[in-house]
Amino acid sequence: MKKQVIALLTAAMMVGAMAGCGSGGADATTAAADTTAATTTAAETTTAEDTKAADTEAEDGAETTAAEAGADGKVLVMATNAEFPPYEYHDGGDIVGIDVEVAEAIAEKLGMTLEVEDIAFDSIIPELESGKADIGVAGMTVNEDRLKNVDFTDPYTTASQVIIVKEDSDIAGPDDLKGKYIGVQLGTTGDIYASDYEADGSTIERYNKGFEAVQAMQQGKIDAVVIDQEPAKVFVSQNEGIKILDEALTVEEYAIAIKKGNTELLDQVNGALGELKESGELQAIIDKYISAE
Amino acid sequence: MSEKFRADFYQNFIEDDRWKYIVNGLGNTIKITLFAVLLGIALGFLVAIIRSTYEKTGKLKLLNLLCRVYLTVIRGTPVLIQLLLIYFVVFGSVRIDKSLVAILAFGINSGAYVAEIFRSGIMSIDNGQFEAGRSLGFNYTQTMIYIIMPQAFKNVLPALGNEFIVLLKETSVAGYIAIQDLTKGADIIRSRTYSAFMPLMAAAVIYLVMVMIFTYFVQRLERRLRSSDH
Repeated sequence: MKKQVIALLTAAMMVGAMAGCGSGGADATTAAADTTAATTTAAETTTAEDTKAADTEAEDGAETTAAEAGADGKVLVMATNAEFPPYEYHDGGDIVGIDVEVAEAIAEKLGMTLEVEDIAFDSIIPELESGKADIGVAGMTVNEDRLKNVDFTDPYTTASQVIIVKEDSDIAGPDDLKGKYIGVQLGTTGDIYASDYEADGSTIERYNKGFEAVQAMQQGKIDAVVIDQEPAKVFVSQNEGIKILDEALTVEEYAIAIKKGNTELLDQVNGALGELKESGELQAIIDKYISAE
Repeated sequence: MSEKFRADFYQNFIEDDRWKYIVNGLGNTIKITLFAVLLGIALGFLVAIIRSTYEKTGKLKLLNLLCRVYLTVIRGTPVLIQLLLIYFVVFGSVRIDKSLVAILAFGINSGAYVAEIFRSGIMSIDNGQFEAGRSLGFNYTQTMIYIIMPQAFKNVLPALGNEFIVLLKETSVAGYIAIQDLTKGADIIRSRTYSAFMPLMAAAVIYLVMVMIFTYFVQRLERRLRSSDH
């Protein structure tokens, strides 16, 4: 009895695993349901071909999915890391921000539906390379290393890497960062620029999230935080006793990342971006988030 | 294929001296694990003694209660949250060596598990052994040290080795408080080169090799201790 139960469970589990593999899965599921003998092994289940009912059901399933896809139109998958206000962040249950709205506007122009995928910042480019996402919109700066792995569209906005310090800090400009403890968010442009100071004896502390770096600075654990200008403004507005230095570390341009060699999508997105810029929609989106601060 | 492999290898480890992230990270991982293990053994031993003394003799009631609270809280919450709490709350407004924070967090965490491992070892020794010791004129402490502990240690060695393997790998969450351990080192490379395979595989292989070396030594020790069985 015990053996039979185990065999049944094994069969059920294997079928469950295969159900994810497309129409073949549906076939197997019904077959398993038909073969009530508990001792049937999973291998036998899959080879059972006399279940015509199963075939019809599988076809039905295929038709419905195709129909659904047709009604929805093509899906544009956007990879982002929603920890980066005001470009992308969680607001209630939704991911919102400049990048999300820009991507939505682009998807609309291309007649596609946007799907936002929230992943770690340093996984965005691998995600594009493997084709799991179509566009990477995450306040990404164009740089040499990234260009080796992905293509970038025309920039949609400029941003600078600024230095946040405590109000009573003796750091007055980028030169004063030498030999200090600098907090950054791992993998961001701020991280890469700040890392240049390692040669000058600074210690770079790479936090997983921007706010953690700011929190560590407020607690006196580090001296300064280097991060993009817009999230920096949000951090400073929400926390007492810290300020952004007037002199920025760097000024740069944000663009959308697309899988290398996918020129068709690149041209489409560039076209849509151009239209958005001309119509003033792009500026309107940026103003909505940034002037609101 | 090999051309691509070589290019990837160059980009991930050679360019900009990126291998240093891995090597420095490995150093930190070893340092944190080693001291956390020592702290864990010390704490665990203490707790196990208190708990088993209470169970055997009924003494140390208050201390036993404290130990039980410690075990419940530490084993009942994720080590990552304990780490973040120690870093951002307990040491909320001081500049403190982060390795120390990690050693404390992982050591305190491991201590709870080690305590139960030790206690299981002590309790596994037949009460007759204890009574024999007492009837030979040993007092409680002497019986513990000369009769119970040596046998208990042999029994718990596999479980103890297991706990240290878990601890070594658990230190991979230290990156959350911006410690540059082995995992974080791989993450930093990953964030620079945007390739996942090379840095993650390198880290994985290094962890694996460390665990294998450690397992080898534990097995030798086990064999060595077993030689007194006959």
